[in-house]
Amino acid sequence: MTKAKSNIENTMGRIQLIIIRVIVYTFMILLAVLCLFFFYLMVINSTRSNAQLATGFTLLPKGNFLVNLKNAWNDASINIPRGMLNSLIIAVSSALLTTYFSALTAYGVHVYDFRGKKFVFSFIMAIMMIPSQVSALGFVQMMNKLHLNNSFIPLIVPSIAAPVVFFYMKQYMESVLPLEVIDAARVDGSNEFRTFNTIVLPMLKPAIAVQMIFSFVSSWNNFFVPALLLDKAEKKTVPIMISQLRSADYSKFDMGKVYMFILLAILPVIVVYVFLSKSIIKGVTAGSVKG
Amino acid sequence: MDHPRRKLTRKKSISYAKWGYIFIAPFFITYLFFTLIPQFLTVYNSFFESYRVGLKQIGPTFVGFRNYADLFSPDSSGTVLILKYAWNTLVIWFIGALPQFVVALLLAVLFTSTRLNIRGQGFFKTVIYMPNLIMAAAFSMLFFTLFSRVGPIQALLEQWGVVDQSFDFFSYKVTVRGMIALMNFLMWFGNTTIVLMAGIMGIDQTLFEAAKIDGANSVQVFFRVTMPLLMPIFVYCLITAMIGGVQMFDVPQILTKGSGQPNETARTLVMYLNGYLTNKNYGMAGAISVIIFIITGVLGGFVYKMLSAQYKTDKTPHRRARG
Repeated sequence: MTKAKSNIENTMGRIQLIIIRVIVYTFMILLAVLCLFFFYLMVINSTRSNAQLATGFTLLPKGNFLVNLKNAWNDASINIPRGMLNSLIIAVSSALLTTYFSALTAYGVHVYDFRGKKFVFSFIMAIMMIPSQVSALGFVQMMNKLHLNNSFIPLIVPSIAAPVVFFYMKQYMESVLPLEVIDAARVDGSNEFRTFNTIVLPMLKPAIAVQMIFSFVSSWNNFFVPALLLDKAEKKTVPIMISQLRSADYSKFDMGKVYMFILLAILPVIVVYVFLSKSIIKGVTAGSVKG
Repeated sequence: MDHPRRKLTRKKSISYAKWGYIFIAPFFITYLFFTLIPQFLTVYNSFFESYRVGLKQIGPTFVGFRNYADLFSPDSSGTVLILKYAWNTLVIWFIGALPQFVVALLLAVLFTSTRLNIRGQGFFKTVIYMPNLIMAAAFSMLFFTLFSRVGPIQALLEQWGVVDQSFDFFSYKVTVRGMIALMNFLMWFGNTTIVLMAGIMGIDQTLFEAAKIDGANSVQVFFRVTMPLLMPIFVYCLITAMIGGVQMFDVPQILTKGSGQPNETARTLVMYLNGYLTNKNYGMAGAISVIIFIITGVLGGFVYKMLSAQYKTDKTPHRRARG
């Protein structure tokens, strides 16, 4: 191959590469815009009054944000501050319980040898994919019998048994938890619970943080089971209130307020995401099948 | 525990086995009480006639498999409702999942290409993953307000002359299903991209180099090297997406106000279940639950097989504390 020819090929290759890059970046921008577009409209529309909203489409904000916020916050039929408080109580408690007890369970399986251990592990893996909807009927029936409908207990306590979080914790322990540490603690006379609480838990901090976020988010967004259990106005969570909004006579609504309700419903998760997106995205891949 | 003194004294090690049971007990007690017993109750209910007419409770009376027979017998217009709803679920899932997997696969390959060296991946991933965390109920309420007859999208399309005033996104099968599928796509393609990317990066890089040295072009590398090696993860993503699809509820429920309109073409299996649960027809709700359980069980079986296979081959032997 002559030098000139290879030079031409090089330039051709470079031009080709630039063209491909331009196409890829355009594609990326389009997808990003598609992802953000509807939320952007939501934010813009939450700054417009009902009359302004009736004029149609715009990409520019107006000055009605605080008025809408005040109207939504003080709405008589949909008590959004109460709903957000309820959702917050449930989501935070679930996040704490699910991470602590999943770590505890994973530790039990990871560190100790006992009869039936293999079965325990297989069992948890087998139930991982069963959705909560298929036992919802019995669950609701039982909670009604125990007068636990309109209570947060059935929405918090079951998070102790979370197979996916267990699995994540187990994998994490395999990579970061040397068993020598546990032996050393035993030699120092630490009992098993203390070892777990004071030595092991701090080592699991990154995994706990990631799973707390995921658990908080899924609990905050949970709609199916809470909607079947909670019917008292002061017990309702945010997703139930959103569905009420949809069922209400739509034409009579102040639309600025409606956009504000939606904004408030997703705001806490967005705030969490803005600060912790890096670790959240890292956590996405863990726990799935490797190649 | 190779300490010589231990061997000499032949001291029996303490058994820690009981601690294993203590540590896993909370999980299993909770699971038994909040999932296993309710699951059993659900199946039990499916064999009883039990519903409400106004304030009057009918049953529960044991009827054997009659609820199942009812579920699969045609109604007055000759349609078997559960099959119709299962079909709706499948179609809506497919319209969303097809672009979800095509786009995710494409992005994963482009992002892992060292030759292309795409910048800004971190920010882009942050953006495309974001819809996954958004409350589905709020997202679909947002879609409803934006696409409603008085909403901004309709106004914009009227302004452009694409549609006229008689048009309504919520009165056509195609647009309603399309909106649900679009939301599902937006909520899940970022997630799939990230998982598939991790999968490609987990492939031995020397294989790509070897293929290139052998003169393979990018298309050949994709079909002959990347895809076969990515297959386990790809199938895993696909099956878990299917399991998620079977559970489709929040989005169509809120978007169509629980009706699945037009003509119940957007009504999914779980919406059907939810309808009976809210009417307190526990016999039929039980039977539908069992059907959904079987579907997810079969799909979940594949996932179980893949995970346990991985666990057997992937696991490096490591020392365990004495038990």
